[in-house]
This record gives sequence, C-alpha cells and structure tokens, in this order.
Amino acid sequence: MKFGTQSSPLSEGVNSVQRVMLTVWLALVPGTIAATALLGWGVLINVVLAVMTGLAAEAMMLWLRARPVRPAITDGSVVVLAWIFALCLPNLGPWWLPVFGAIFAVIVAKQLYGGLGFNLFNPAMVGYVVLLISFPEPMTRWGPAIDVGGGALNLVQSLAWSFSGALPTGIGYDGLSVATPLDHMREQIMAGAPIHAVTQSVLGGAGLARSWNLWLGAAFLLGGALMLWRGVIRWHIPVAVLAGVAGMSGFLWLIAPATHASPLFHLVSGATIFGAFFVATDPVTASTTQRGRLIFGFGIGVFTVLIRSFGNYPDGVAFAVLLMNLCVPLIDYYTQPRVFGHKTAGKLR
Amino acid sequence: MSDVSYRELAVQGLWKNNPGLVQILGMCPMMAISTTVVNSLGLALATILTMVVSNGLASSIRHWVRPEVRLPVFVMVVASVVTVIELLMNAYMNTLYHALGIFLPLIVTNCIVIARVEGFAARNQVIPALYDGLMMGLGFGLVLIVLGAIREVLGFGTLLANAQQLFGPVAAHWTLHILPEQAHFLLAILPPGAFMALAVLIALKQALERRQANRKQVISTEPIGGTAPSFS
Repeated sequence: MKFGTQSSPLSEGVNSVQRVMLTVWLALVPGTIAATALLGWGVLINVVLAVMTGLAAEAMMLWLRARPVRPAITDGSVVVLAWIFALCLPNLGPWWLPVFGAIFAVIVAKQLYGGLGFNLFNPAMVGYVVLLISFPEPMTRWGPAIDVGGGALNLVQSLAWSFSGALPTGIGYDGLSVATPLDHMREQIMAGAPIHAVTQSVLGGAGLARSWNLWLGAAFLLGGALMLWRGVIRWHIPVAVLAGVAGMSGFLWLIAPATHASPLFHLVSGATIFGAFFVATDPVTASTTQRGRLIFGFGIGVFTVLIRSFGNYPDGVAFAVLLMNLCVPLIDYYTQPRVFGHKTAGKLR
Repeated sequence: MSDVSYRELAVQGLWKNNPGLVQILGMCPMMAISTTVVNSLGLALATILTMVVSNGLASSIRHWVRPEVRLPVFVMVVASVVTVIELLMNAYMNTLYHALGIFLPLIVTNCIVIARVEGFAARNQVIPALYDGLMMGLGFGLVLIVLGAIREVLGFGTLLANAQQLFGPVAAHWTLHILPEQAHFLLAILPPGAFMALAVLIALKQALERRQANRKQVISTEPIGGTAPSFS
C-alpha cells in the first residue's frame, strides 16, 4: 500500500554532511564530463591533482591540530571543495597550479580559520584568486579542444604537457590556446569593435557544435537542477545571482548597446552558471537568512558584471563571491527573520 | 629609575616587547615597505637612527619640558630628526629615497617612536634612553628585514636586489637569485602577502614562547614545590 505525501507537515531525513557532499559531487559529474569532452583531458588531470592534494593537505593540517582526521576526510567536503576549485582552472595549465591552489585553499582558507564550517571565505575561490593574482601567465592557458580540432591532445600528451611542458612534435602551444569568450570580448571592446559580432559567435552564431560554453553551461545547469531537486541548495541564491547578472548587464546594455554585451551573453559565458549553482551556494560562506540569500546572490551577480565590464580581470565571479562573503555578517545581521509571535506586521520568513 | 638593566632593555626591545611582533606598532610602513630586503634595510636604518637620536634628545631636555606640553614638544623633536634624516637620504641615497617615498617622512607618525620617547626617554637618563632607542629600533628593524627577505624571495625570487641603492656601486652584483622566474609568487609582494607573512612570523614567535613556557613549567614543577622561579 502506498501513501501519498501531499499534505504537510512532512518530515524529511536528516542531511548529514556526507550525504550533502555526495549529492553536490554527483551534481558536479555532468559538468565535469562535459568539460572534459569539450576542453580536453587537462580538466580531469586538474581535478585529480587538486583532490589528491586537498585530501593530503587536510589530513596533514588535522594531524597538526590534533583533531580526528578520518571523519573530516571521509565526509567529502574536501573532495567537493577541491573539485569545484579544479573546474575553475585553465585546461592547459601546468601541474603545480592545481596542487598549489588546493594546498592554499585547504590550509589557509579553510583550516587556519578553524576547518569546515568556520571559514569566512569560500576556500575554492580563495585558491583560485590567489593563483590568478600570483601567476597571471599560467592562468591564461585556455584552449577548448574542439576549437583546435585534430590538434587536441590525448590523455598521454596532456599528462606530458601538464607535468613537463613537452608537446608532441608538430603541435605548437599557440595552436592549442585560444582566447576565451570573455577575453575576446575584452579585446574587442578595447579595439573598439562592434560588440554584436563578438557575442554572436559565442551564442551559437558559429554553429551550435562550436559554442562550447553553451554546452558547459547546460551541463552545470543539469547539476544545479539535481541539487535543487534533492534539496541540497535553495533556489534563492542561484536565482538571485542570475537575476543580478541579467539586471546589471541589461542596464549597461540598454545604456550603451554598442560597447556592452547583451545579458544573454553574460549569462551563458564565463563562470556565471557554475558560480551561481556551485560556488555561491556554499552553505558555510553564504548568507543564512532568506532575504539575506537574495541580497547575497544579487550582489554577486551585479559585481560579476561590473568586474567583467570595467575591471582588469576577464571574469569576476570569484572576486564577486569573495566580496559578498565579506558582507555576509552584515547582511545576516540586518535580515534576521522576525520571530513568530513578535511584532504584528510583516510576513514571516 | 637610575638602575636600569641594560640586558633587560635589550631583551624587551628585541624579543619580549618587540615593536613589530608584540606591540604591533608601526604597521603602515612595515606592510608597505617590506617588499625587498634593501627597502626594509633602508627604512630600518632610518627608523633606528630616528629612535636613537630622538630618544637621546628627549631624555636630555626632559627637565625643562613641562608635562602639559611634553607631547607637542616631543613630536617636534622627532619631526626635526626625521627631516634631517630624510634630507640626508635624499642627498646621498637618492634612488632609495624615492623607493621609500612617503614612508620616510611618515616615520614621524610611527607610533613606536613617540611611544618610546614618551614612555621611556622622558623618564630616564640619556645613556639608557639612547640604548633603549637602539634596541627598540633594532627590534622593529629586524622584523622589517626578515619580512622583507621572506617577501622578496617568494615574490621576486631574489635576495638583496638593488643593493647598490644602499651600499653604493660595489653592491651592484650582490643580488642572489634563489627561485626561477616561473615560481615567482606575486601575492607575496602585494599587501595581502605582507599581512600573511607577518601573521606567520607572529604565530611562530608565539609558538616558540609557548614551548619555552611549557618546558619551564615542567622543570619548575619537578623539584621543590615552593616559590616559582622568577626571572624578571
């Protein structure tokens, strides 16, 4: 006999850290597969290196702090942290980028603040930003595999390139690396070219098969939908981030359509979707109140577009997340929900 | 106050009450200038000189300065000393003078200078005051130089680059290349790197002291249980 579950109140199973992290990890799988297929084996190499280093660094720090090592390692939080961090890295980068970044993210951004649940900043984004600021040149080594066609590296060649910088004969580095859509947009804006042509090629104008960022975005969207369905994240932050990006870029686009990309371009390029679903929703560093989550997410979206349009770095999601992480205590302070029974006016939640 | 222990003054300035690691004074120049060893050394020398001379001057005029106006008077003394040093550096170490920029005249506002003048020199005789200025200045300078060395090695991969700015043309080839070009960790030269490096230094000092204290405790609890040994 089966009972329907339409009526509230419903009791749900307790989400342990392990279960939440397992769901997040599952949600990352489609995006990782898509990224590996579209950008080459470098993505997978980055992920493996970052996860292994992250686990080792976490174990070492816990041992130094004389804390139980096993539960913190097996709850999967480090794996998810390192995985998210590794997906931000350029696919043609050297091996020490994921290693160094994962060490910094785990040791400085997570363990020095007190471990899981105590960190002020999103560790994955701290690791990424440290690399971006410290090693600007290796962090630009992007190249979608499908854009170079037959020149793409296979697994062995990718490993050789990552670890020793050796390329197979006949393939030059310049033939592999391509400007990312956001880099391209920046160059075009600098050169004064019409923005329309640039964004068209990204939005599928050059054939749907070559618009790799669309496919990547769709894969991450799928993962985000999985997390929403499993109740691991709430809708507030992703929706607010996307609204912030769309609102701010739409505003700029309406003012000066000749020099600013359309909202659609901003929504599907760079780390917008990935950031909205996987980065900004980190339960530790995000705001914890309902209205606070909306403000937090919207701020990330607005800052992302502003940094993309006027800043020195091509993508602004990481900086936007860190900036809004700083604001979280303030946001939480001013958006405390009204306790039931206190004050008559206003809605609850 | 006549019997000042010189040993105690040295211990206080260099370790126990170190301006950089314990009092955390003078952070602004500490963070901004410590990008290279030579810059640090330049500012350290200027600060030490300022502290010694202004401590000596303040101590020698302490009987004629009324307590109501002592702070303005001391600030004037420090400012004059700094101005002299600044002009000297402008004349003889021009490139270093430009590298240090605004932070050279800003030694006037370095809290550690006025703290020692007001806290020590105004109440002690000239010789101890000079010695205290030297030790406190050395304590500050050493932290500055260590910080500069850490940041220069990590960020530029070198040590003692541009030493000719301080030591003349002889030092032009003193530069040590320690890290290859690819491994330059640019964050170390940027302001966040300064905070992180200083935090690591402070943590190391605390860890050392804690370890010493633990050892002392173990020893002191072992033998006769009576009055704890006092070293102060």
